Amino acid sequence: MNAREPIVEVRDLTNRFGEQAVHEHLDLTVYRGEILGVVGGSGTGKSVLLRSIVGLRRPSEGAVRVFGQDLLALPPEQRSQLERRFGVLFQDGALFSSMTVAENIALPLIEHAGLTREDATRLATVKLALVGLSMDTAGKYPASLSGGMTKRAALARALALDPEVLFLDEPTAGLDPISAAAFDQLLLTLRNALGFTVFLVTHDLDTLYTTCDRVAVLSQKRVLVADTLEKVAATDDPWIRDYFHGPRGRAARSSLSI
Amino acid sequence: MATEGTPGTASIDLSSGTGRLVVAGDWTLPYYASLHAHMRICCNQVSDHTAVDFTGLGALDTAGASLLADLLGPARVARLAAGTGLAAERAALLQTVGSALAAYCKPARPRRSKGLEDFLARIGAGVESFGKQTLLLLGFVGIVFEALGRNFWRPKHWRVTSLVSHVEQTGLNALPIVALLSFMVGAVVAFLGATVLADFGATIYTVDLVGYAFLREFGVILTAILLAGRTASAFTAQIGSMKAREEIDAIRTLGLDPVELLVLPRVLALLVSLPLLTFIAMMAGVVGGAVVCYATLGITPTMFINLFHEDIHVRQFLVGIAKAPFFAFLIAVIGCMEGFKVAGSAQSVGEHTTSAVVQSIFVVILFDAIAALFYTGMGW
Repeated sequence: MNAREPIVEVRDLTNRFGEQAVHEHLDLTVYRGEILGVVGGSGTGKSVLLRSIVGLRRPSEGAVRVFGQDLLALPPEQRSQLERRFGVLFQDGALFSSMTVAENIALPLIEHAGLTREDATRLATVKLALVGLSMDTAGKYPASLSGGMTKRAALARALALDPEVLFLDEPTAGLDPISAAAFDQLLLTLRNALGFTVFLVTHDLDTLYTTCDRVAVLSQKRVLVADTLEKVAATDDPWIRDYFHGPRGRAARSSLSI
Repeated sequence: MATEGTPGTASIDLSSGTGRLVVAGDWTLPYYASLHAHMRICCNQVSDHTAVDFTGLGALDTAGASLLADLLGPARVARLAAGTGLAAERAALLQTVGSALAAYCKPARPRRSKGLEDFLARIGAGVESFGKQTLLLLGFVGIVFEALGRNFWRPKHWRVTSLVSHVEQTGLNALPIVALLSFMVGAVVAFLGATVLADFGATIYTVDLVGYAFLREFGVILTAILLAGRTASAFTAQIGSMKAREEIDAIRTLGLDPVELLVLPRVLALLVSLPLLTFIAMMAGVVGGAVVCYATLGITPTMFINLFHEDIHVRQFLVGIAKAPFFAFLIAVIGCMEGFKVAGSAQSVGEHTTSAVVQSIFVVILFDAIAALFYTGMGW
């Protein structure tokens, strides 16, 4: 696991919206098997970075390589092959509203893994159980789920194909503390067992302290620092100091050391 | 993980007394179907006391783990101890899947449909929803009138900017398509008249045909149907996506009235633009007729205008345009009401947009038929 094989490489990335640049000459590498936490103030382009990596946004300049390949330059068939190795959890879940929760999760299993509908539904309920959703949720439509349930169902869909890289956009936001802690544990268990790589955008300091191997701080339009939590926390930067040594940061750290 | 693997297998080794379950190969998603088959063969011979040998196990993912959990029973998997040749993180995965599955119970099967019974139930549900729909529409019309009456005397509550913007969107922007369409229909009507009336040697009455048709009926009904498709759907989609994103609730909690803020400007805007567009449509239709009269019958524009002036009274125009405000009100109200009925999903926005267009076209044609009966009765 420590072979340090890069899974995602972002080189010299610049993203502009009109005149306003969100990223300028941003570099970031995600290695196989690690959980990389991405933090940054609101509006520093964490979600934009995620969208650039998974190929939903064409960068204004620079290159993004996933599994050593440039997604946007690949022919559609190969791109789809590569995208099957991703799992993406969007901020608002992005469950398909015309399908039940079980169908949402079964969709990639039927389309890509070639399972029969029964097998896919069976496996979908397993994934649901994994993320802590009861079986009566399976038949419900996303519109009738609460925010936290939507998030968990979306995670189940992201996990459907047992992806090699998991992109999570604020997975614990809107979850109650107990569910959030269970989520952290689940993420660790699955990562240890399946050895996947996680790109985790989060504001949740507890998640950061419990799960992440490395933390990347987005600030001043680039990755200010990407290293282990201790080293990042020790970095001399006003924002980082406020973030990790503010009242919430201290609380999260002390709860970990207990 | 991306490396080529060996398909997973499960077999029973009977050499050692009670038997031993040998799990080997990759237990991963790509081999799900074959693993499932293996599992079904073995499952009869596996008891709670069967020893399990995991030494040959290759890759394992959640799909494989769930099959193993099925095979061994979730409870057994959850307390699988070390010493089975299983790495700690894999045991953790099995335990996680196992304990998740322990709480598993089959979801209730959906009820099988019964032909005739279902058919009757559908008809009943359809009739019931039609009745409810009508009641809702009447109720919403009441709400709109109430808001109108309340705000009429309070100029501070008039949303002039919103009103003007909606007049532009529903009126000005629709003008080219309304004019073009009416022009073409006018030409078609004139062609029809010229063909049929030629048999009676009365082609001159083509002018009357075009005039009557467009002033009384076609001008207003073409415009209304176009706007039902163009504007009612837009109103539903606008208000519906606001509803889906809880913006309507936000308006309410800010102490504002969504009907006053969203519905009144739209209804009033359509009350302004539909009659104006109707007038344009009438003119464009008559011009279309005139062009065909000149081209095929040799009736010059001057002659056309003279005949038009002699034969067609202003009453025809009034009778036609009088329907426009009613159509405008109905289209706008149905469009807005369907928007408010949207329930938080993209699917629902689509359903209600369709429903708004269908309903408003239906209501426009129904109302036009009633008006025709009324006008005939009155001898207009």
